[in-house]
Amino acid sequence: MSTVTGSSVERAIAARTAAGSGALIGYLPAGFPDIDTSIEAAVALAENGVDVIELGLPYSDPVMDGPIIQHATQQSLAGGFKLRHGFEVMAAITSRVEVPVVFMSYWNPVVQYGTERFADDMVTAGGAGMITPDLIVDEAAAWLAASERTGLDRIFLSAPSSTEDRLRSAVEHSRGFVYAVSTMGITGARQDVDIAAKALVARLRAVGSTSACVGLGISSADQVREVLGYADGAIVGSALVSALRDGGVRGVASTAASLAAGTRL
Amino acid sequence: MTLLRNEVGPYFGEYGGRFVPESIIQALDELDAAYQTAKADPEFQRELAELHKTYTGRPSIITEVTRFAEHAGGARILLKREDLNHTGSHKINNVLGQALLARGLGKTRLIAETGAGQHGVATATAAALFGMECLVYMGEVDTERQALNVARMRLLGATVVPVTAGSRTLKDAINEAYRDWVANVDSTHYLLGTVAGPHPFPAMVRDFHKVIGEEAREQVLALTGSLPDAVTACVGGGSNAMGIFHAFLDDPGVALIGYEAAGEGANTLKHAATITKGRPGVLHGARTYMLQDDDGQTVDSHSISAGLDYPGVGPEHAWLSDIGRATYLPVTDDEAMSALRLLARTEGIIPAIESAHALAGTLELGKTLGPDAVILVNLSGRGDKDMETAGKYFDILDTEQLAAEAVGDVPDESGASGDLA
Repeated sequence: MSTVTGSSVERAIAARTAAGSGALIGYLPAGFPDIDTSIEAAVALAENGVDVIELGLPYSDPVMDGPIIQHATQQSLAGGFKLRHGFEVMAAITSRVEVPVVFMSYWNPVVQYGTERFADDMVTAGGAGMITPDLIVDEAAAWLAASERTGLDRIFLSAPSSTEDRLRSAVEHSRGFVYAVSTMGITGARQDVDIAAKALVARLRAVGSTSACVGLGISSADQVREVLGYADGAIVGSALVSALRDGGVRGVASTAASLAAGTRL
Repeated sequence: MTLLRNEVGPYFGEYGGRFVPESIIQALDELDAAYQTAKADPEFQRELAELHKTYTGRPSIITEVTRFAEHAGGARILLKREDLNHTGSHKINNVLGQALLARGLGKTRLIAETGAGQHGVATATAAALFGMECLVYMGEVDTERQALNVARMRLLGATVVPVTAGSRTLKDAINEAYRDWVANVDSTHYLLGTVAGPHPFPAMVRDFHKVIGEEAREQVLALTGSLPDAVTACVGGGSNAMGIFHAFLDDPGVALIGYEAAGEGANTLKHAATITKGRPGVLHGARTYMLQDDDGQTVDSHSISAGLDYPGVGPEHAWLSDIGRATYLPVTDDEAMSALRLLARTEGIIPAIESAHALAGTLELGKTLGPDAVILVNLSGRGDKDMETAGKYFDILDTEQLAAEAVGDVPDESGASGDLA
């Protein structure tokens, strides 16, 4: 189902892979620490070597997220974040930078907003697609239809514990890239990115993936370099969020730049 | 003929499913396969029945409460005494079943979420019985209002982790348990305590509790010669209600009524009346009714009863409500506390505050159905764990009185709301 020409995300990743390294995908939550700063921070990612921006939509019950992202998204919600702000943040980012921006959203907010309306508003905001951490292909009929109609990328997760059939399904239904969960766990920096990640990417390749990006636990340029040794992209979240929390936009810019060093040969 | 009680998931009408991260799917598949095997395995069923007979104390009795019934329009009221089970509530039924499954899967560690602490205590009990490690996630707010159950779990050898994320109640404890399970799925079974969550939990947990209704159906028939006119239960996640409803699903003459916690009132912002006031959404792995804002953010629930303080409900209840087979009605904190005291004073039985919601609803139902009606109520738990809450509510805790007097701040005697006339 994937078509390179139809997906700006896949093109961005493929371009970086062709250049000899691979892509750096950076996550930040919308509305953290506030709406305006979250826009500036995302722009800073793009200006400092991040190839795809993953814009998190804060949610009350984020089961895939570790403490750093939980606290950030809770703060965003406490500050009055609404879904419509997510589209405003996305539109502001895409009007200023060329890199593709995808949402990362738990499923209930999308359902309540209306899946079709959500897709339309994402297109209007210049968004490229969405990562759905708690939506498996089996339950995704509405999102498959909406993304098909609009051409948005849909990024499903794959895990070390996934069966062959499930990996194949995730690859076939994903567009842009397939998200390889590096370890059996939740978001948050780890010393060692699990060896399971390398094996998982090999298994994804075996079932046809041409765009596999690894996330969970990556927090240093060395880890980015290591992951890009076998994957098409490395996804960094918590390390960027804590840099933004502790050092503001300048802090996150400098962390992004240092992570991006890991994408060079 | 399609029987309602043959529904096995993963969907109940448009509800249920598996809205979870991919990392959990393999564990759910493994659990589902193990459960399907166990369901058909006479040895598993024999072992579970033997445990219930020699450890849980099954069958639990039914008690007719005539003095209480005088306050319910004279209808005959029969209590299914799940409060008499070992550990003091229905929760042990499900816990022993899942612990046996976990042992069969080679898991050495049980994790659980708990609200009131009843499910945590039951899980800690099973872990002690089977020699397994046990870790219980409990919202920090709940560890404070259910301190006695925290002590019980620790005494049983479990580790209790107060959860400080989000609203610091049951829903956040569930999130934390999922996070633990994703990271430790090889060694760990997540012993979910209610009929919510992703498949196979709603159907499996119901099956482990359906013994309640099966026993009660026979007991009521033996006592009265006919089926009851209505079966009532409290509904938080809804496990005790599904347990007692299930045997009666295909008896069209038996009304099934679940009482939700309306907190300070279903029309206030402080309640947990999920079906009454919520709308369909996705929470904790299942599509079901839930309390949420326009953006789909889960709204904090409120109930004086920690065990009902949950913004979701099991998907089978959502379906039974939609098709009209069961009815769900709100009961406030004050109504529940009045019923709790009424049962204590008329019958010498102190119910859990959760179960008191069913009693309060039944008082009204009896007046509607009249003196010829027979109502079966699931008395899902005993009230020992609630003594501090009840003591504060009714201003009958001497220690607090003394402490208050010591600082010259005597509580106002009229402060207790919901006094019985």
